[in-house]
Amino acid sequence: MSGKVAHDWRLKGQRYRLEGEECPHCRVKIFPPRDICPECHKPAKEPYRLSGRGEVYTYSTVNNAPGGFEEYTPYTVALVKLEEGPMITAQLTDVTPENVKIGMPVEMVTRKLRAQGDEGTIIYGYKFRPVLQA
Amino acid sequence: MRDVAIIGIGQTPVGEHWDTSLRHLALQAALNALHDANIEKVDAIYVGNMLSGEVGGQEHLGALVADSLGMSGVEALKIEAACASGAAALRVGILAIASGMLDLVLVLGVEKLTDTLGGETTAALALAADAEYEVSQGISFVALNALLMRRYMHDYGWRGDDFANFVINAHANALNNPNAMFHRRVTPESYARSALIADPVKLFDASPVCDGAAAVVLAPAEYARTLSPAPVRIRGSAVATAPLAVHSRKDPLALAAARLSARRAYEMAQITPQDVDFFELHDAFTIMSALSLEAAGFAERGQGVRLALEGDITLQGRLPVATLGGLKARGHPVGATGMYQVVEAVLQLRGLAGENQVPAACIGMTQNIGGSGATIITHILEMA
Repeated sequence: MSGKVAHDWRLKGQRYRLEGEECPHCRVKIFPPRDICPECHKPAKEPYRLSGRGEVYTYSTVNNAPGGFEEYTPYTVALVKLEEGPMITAQLTDVTPENVKIGMPVEMVTRKLRAQGDEGTIIYGYKFRPVLQA
Repeated sequence: MRDVAIIGIGQTPVGEHWDTSLRHLALQAALNALHDANIEKVDAIYVGNMLSGEVGGQEHLGALVADSLGMSGVEALKIEAACASGAAALRVGILAIASGMLDLVLVLGVEKLTDTLGGETTAALALAADAEYEVSQGISFVALNALLMRRYMHDYGWRGDDFANFVINAHANALNNPNAMFHRRVTPESYARSALIADPVKLFDASPVCDGAAAVVLAPAEYARTLSPAPVRIRGSAVATAPLAVHSRKDPLALAAARLSARRAYEMAQITPQDVDFFELHDAFTIMSALSLEAAGFAERGQGVRLALEGDITLQGRLPVATLGGLKARGHPVGATGMYQVVEAVLQLRGLAGENQVPAACIGMTQNIGGSGATIITHILEMA
């Protein structure tokens, strides 16, 4: 886990806006950005902002958290398959674990990931919640 | 390229060694291996370890171990590949001898985890995952395995209790291994009762945090027999990688690096999965056992659990696994685990596995998994 200010600052585009990339050769959408297309292995640096909509591929509940996350247990983590293709690891929010299902539609929201005591920075980033029904 | 053989093995008991430092664990295993090989000096020492810096505040283990053994001056390096560090060090030793550059190599795996407490240890182990995109979300290693296990159960229709025999088998086999961490039987009832730690992963699905060290001495196969009465030849050795983060893998349940490394090792050894007499697999979690059996060609996709359900993995079965307790019951001292697997495979091949001897064991395979499957290392061993 980071806790290093420059490290978190560098990730602001991804954490706040899901900024990924699109491959100019095969048009695959890429998240996290890696500058090389995982499909055709050619350079791929065109910025592409993902919609934040997707569905739950799998999920679990963390009861024994790594250092820095203990105060938030229990929390639900998931792999979310984004509608543009990439998969993303993130916490689910605004839902109790027993109401989560594989295949459930979810959308990105910005939430607090963790605080670092009274002196440290508060880290914000993406989590996913069930899509709100109109 | 020269063939390489193992001419000596050594290990410490696995457990919570409150009174023993990393240095002394390493020393004990190394001296045992050197004694077993009946030699005093080597050309190089490769130390597999994952977390000595994070947990113990000590890096630079190559020089530390060489110095402790009274061999200062010798080539010595630490090799790191998360939980696959042990097998990674073995791989480097094999490369060194196969190339002809060195003749005698000591390979050691050592880990001292119990100097930190729960959350710190969990965070340290998570260093094997993607720091920016997995760990930053609060993921733990247990949770990563839970994500895989849930999807596996969903896709193939297995229930949690279907995984029980991996655990029951490992604990039964550990009863006769004096170096194992646990010497207590697990029953279907006690497995079913064990607490959920990250749904669907139960406490008994997971291997324990512990300390330990294991070592081998390597020599060129061409004159291994002049050095040892029972050399074991390394027939196959292969490392493969997959994307670091689970979310970056095209098919998270495929364990692509296991398939690749097993295939390369079979090709090098010129054998097929049917030729393997026993398999020391990486049962850090029961889901890893199932995925590893499938990727290595022992079961169809989604059917790895069936080998446990039908008894194929017991000492009397078609493919015994975790023959001396595995990661689950011998213990999983992460950077040492790959070397324990190899030391135990050598015991089986020498016919020295006692009550747990696999009958007519000629070819043994070990597979060491780093992280959630990003580095996977397979070795195939045979009596020389």
